[in-house]
Amino acid sequence: MKVKLKVWRQKDRNSPGEFKTYESPALNENMSFLEMLDVVNEELANKGEEPIAFDHDCREGICGTCSCVINGKPHGPHRGVATCQTYMRSFKDGDTIVVEPFRAKAFPIIKDLVVDRKALDRIQFAGGFISVRTGSAPDANSIPVPKENADLAMDAAQCIQCGACVAACKNASAMLFVAAKVSHLGLLPQGQPERYKRVKAMVAQMDAEGFGACTVTGSCEAVCPKEISLDFIARMNRDYAVALLKGDPKPISGGGAG
Amino acid sequence: MATLNSNVPSGPIAQKWEQYKFNTKLINPANKRKYKIIVVGAGLAGSSAAATLAELGYEVHNFVFHDSPRRAHSVAAQGGINAAKNYQNDGDSVRRLFYDTIKGGDFRAREANVHRLAEVSVNIIDQCVAQGVPFAREYGGLLDNRSFGGAQVSRTFYARGQTGQQLLLGAYSALAKMIGAGAVKSYTHAEMLDLVVVDGHAKGIIVRNLQTGEITRHNADAVVLATGGYGNVYNLSTYARGSNATAIWRAYKRGACFGNPCYTQIHPTCIPVSGDYQSKLTLMSESLRNDGRVWVPKKKEDCKKRPQDIPEEDRDYYLERMYSAFGNLAPRDIASRAAKMVCDEGRGIGETGLGVYLDFADAIQRLGESKVRERYGNLFAMYHEITNEDAYRTPMRIYPAVHYTMGGLWVDYNLMSNLPGLFVLGEANFSDHGANRLGASALMQGLSDGYFVLPATISGYLASQNPGKRPKTDHESFKEAEENVQNITKKLLNNKGKRTPASFHKQLGKIMWEYCGMARNKAGLEKGIKEIAALREEYWKNVNVLGGAGEWNQQLENAGRIADFLELGELMCRDALHREESCGGHFREEYQYTKDDPEVQQGLVNPGDVKRRDDAFAYVAAWEYAGSVDKAPILNKEPLVYEEVHMSTRSYK
Repeated sequence: MKVKLKVWRQKDRNSPGEFKTYESPALNENMSFLEMLDVVNEELANKGEEPIAFDHDCREGICGTCSCVINGKPHGPHRGVATCQTYMRSFKDGDTIVVEPFRAKAFPIIKDLVVDRKALDRIQFAGGFISVRTGSAPDANSIPVPKENADLAMDAAQCIQCGACVAACKNASAMLFVAAKVSHLGLLPQGQPERYKRVKAMVAQMDAEGFGACTVTGSCEAVCPKEISLDFIARMNRDYAVALLKGDPKPISGGGAG
Repeated sequence: MATLNSNVPSGPIAQKWEQYKFNTKLINPANKRKYKIIVVGAGLAGSSAAATLAELGYEVHNFVFHDSPRRAHSVAAQGGINAAKNYQNDGDSVRRLFYDTIKGGDFRAREANVHRLAEVSVNIIDQCVAQGVPFAREYGGLLDNRSFGGAQVSRTFYARGQTGQQLLLGAYSALAKMIGAGAVKSYTHAEMLDLVVVDGHAKGIIVRNLQTGEITRHNADAVVLATGGYGNVYNLSTYARGSNATAIWRAYKRGACFGNPCYTQIHPTCIPVSGDYQSKLTLMSESLRNDGRVWVPKKKEDCKKRPQDIPEEDRDYYLERMYSAFGNLAPRDIASRAAKMVCDEGRGIGETGLGVYLDFADAIQRLGESKVRERYGNLFAMYHEITNEDAYRTPMRIYPAVHYTMGGLWVDYNLMSNLPGLFVLGEANFSDHGANRLGASALMQGLSDGYFVLPATISGYLASQNPGKRPKTDHESFKEAEENVQNITKKLLNNKGKRTPASFHKQLGKIMWEYCGMARNKAGLEKGIKEIAALREEYWKNVNVLGGAGEWNQQLENAGRIADFLELGELMCRDALHREESCGGHFREEYQYTKDDPEVQQGLVNPGDVKRRDDAFAYVAAWEYAGSVDKAPILNKEPLVYEEVHMSTRSYK
């Protein structure tokens, strides 16, 4: 099979970008989408043209690096997979495939299809953790966790931080990502002490990064490679509301015993 | 010659670590912040080390070439993590995990390190659960376990098929907290391209910013490398495409010894290669072997039939037949070699004939499809995505693929290399897995090194250093290292040859797989060494790298990494050639059991099993760079002494 690629090319953050069209060489339908880009790039390089920059690493759908919008949909036509798990058998011979980067104000373009998603990390730095100093943990079985809670926490914890939810959202909202993180920790007994502080800190950072608001269109859930449920956004909103009602803790004064 | 001292503390093995910690010099809490430590990498070992060192009060700088510390390839580990918790009351203990790991490594690992690993394993699980790692649980709310990778006890903790991601998110969250608190400075899209050595001590690194191309110098009181394994030297592997050997290789070229480079793990259950365009091999978790049965047709002529059409009596469940005690759960090296053997006999399945079946029909009958779906659903889905086949209805096709490297930079008991001040953790070091790693032990080792071992051992070194005298980045050695990096970049960009870097990588991979893969022999390895040297020569004549140095340039990044693979591949072949024995994942065709050996007649092993030569090769081969790629590297030996576990023939029958 052969396809025609309409690819977004952009030299760097500050240069204007444009679509360029490339004819692919002969392809095998068992190739992954990224392997198809490899083959196209080898051909470009052999002609002395600069290869298309695209992000990728593990190529098995878990590292969250790959990030293409394929025919208007982040991660391509299928549900529950990342770009790297999209195979050419999903397309037909002669198809034109439009390939773009994940677009959002908070994801500036680095080059071609590569965007900077560090804003998602900064949300994590603001509160996406349970404070537990190495060595201070009690025995792992000292706190039983109902299986249902552990399973639900795991559903949320599957998020691979790819940012497809942001790219799909008309508001470029990161609510599904933040909700997954907040819910994962908030559902476990270990996450309770910092539960409300966490949600406030992470939401504040999300807003500061320039992500948009959520209008519950559900496009995020539809493109999530880990099929993270919209329910988690409701859960986060509830936690956030409770956190606001609780207000800030009283500042503590210094000094100590002895 | 390098000086190799394992620095294993004296005393009974079970007390070594406790006693060591007591004897190690500590650093006063008020002084810790004066020490600056560089941690390169943020997989399980790197992020856990960076976070813990920062908690202790050191100034930590963390470097990753990814856009985020959460993307390191630890994230992709599927099956689980071992720990000697004995929650299942099935006879597990620190002693047993220690014993299994020593035996599993075919008596080529250092006893004291392995015992410490087994001791620390129990703390890791506590730590991860407290961080919110959502391990699988039973209905009573307690942690679930499964048996995994050649163990006869259930000591593996897991989180669906993505234990690696969940553990990494735990370590990443600890790191995130310290980055947020300003205690760790995180550099992303930052690739280490050289190690700076001042007066024989590692005192800094040279880094390229992948977004801007800017080269910067970073000094420190100690440098920690946690940069993973080097299996991508084979081009096709289960590693991430970005995984590379550059950090450890350039440290090797600065004087750090490389331990046992030829010990590579070929994982038995991967999806077979389908075509020349392939960039990556996908692992199907070994946990599948708990319920799946491995077979090929008994008769060659059945190989092209549909598996459903081959009656039970014409199937050869070869692992169950050859290794009755362990059956389908035989350790990885053994299962991989057995698959190669049946395929070499012409009984392989699939289009290429390089494949065997992993069949769940029995398990579905016994447990019901819903139970199988609950246990392995995501793996079956992944298999379906890639192959377009439904493993609930037809057996999976699998074949071995490169998965892990047991070799790595040589370290002592402190995890310090022969270059003082250079510490190496996780897969990047050689220390704990001998010649073969057991399933679910990589995650254990990464976290053990990062959370518990390094933070305790590094103070011993730092106490001998004066942070006020840390070399500044204008020191001659920094200047020289930066120039070295700039020169490599210039050389690559100015070469203007005719071939892409990727085409060389593919060719190198084929040479390595052919001559230094699952089975090796003298003639092949000698040929491999010659071919790699010739390929390397062509590389520097004929490689073509487009674009510039001062921009995002993925081809340039790759070209540098491939240049290093072209040197490392040769060292691996040299090591494999010199090791005239078979052990674990290193199989030399000249050294295998035959039907005439007494061990075969006694029923301990099968003909074709690996034959160690303890009299001549019970040592770690630590290779030292001779100052030029064209000079033969120098072989140093660290003898392996077994005081606790008697060296015996490894039997899984």
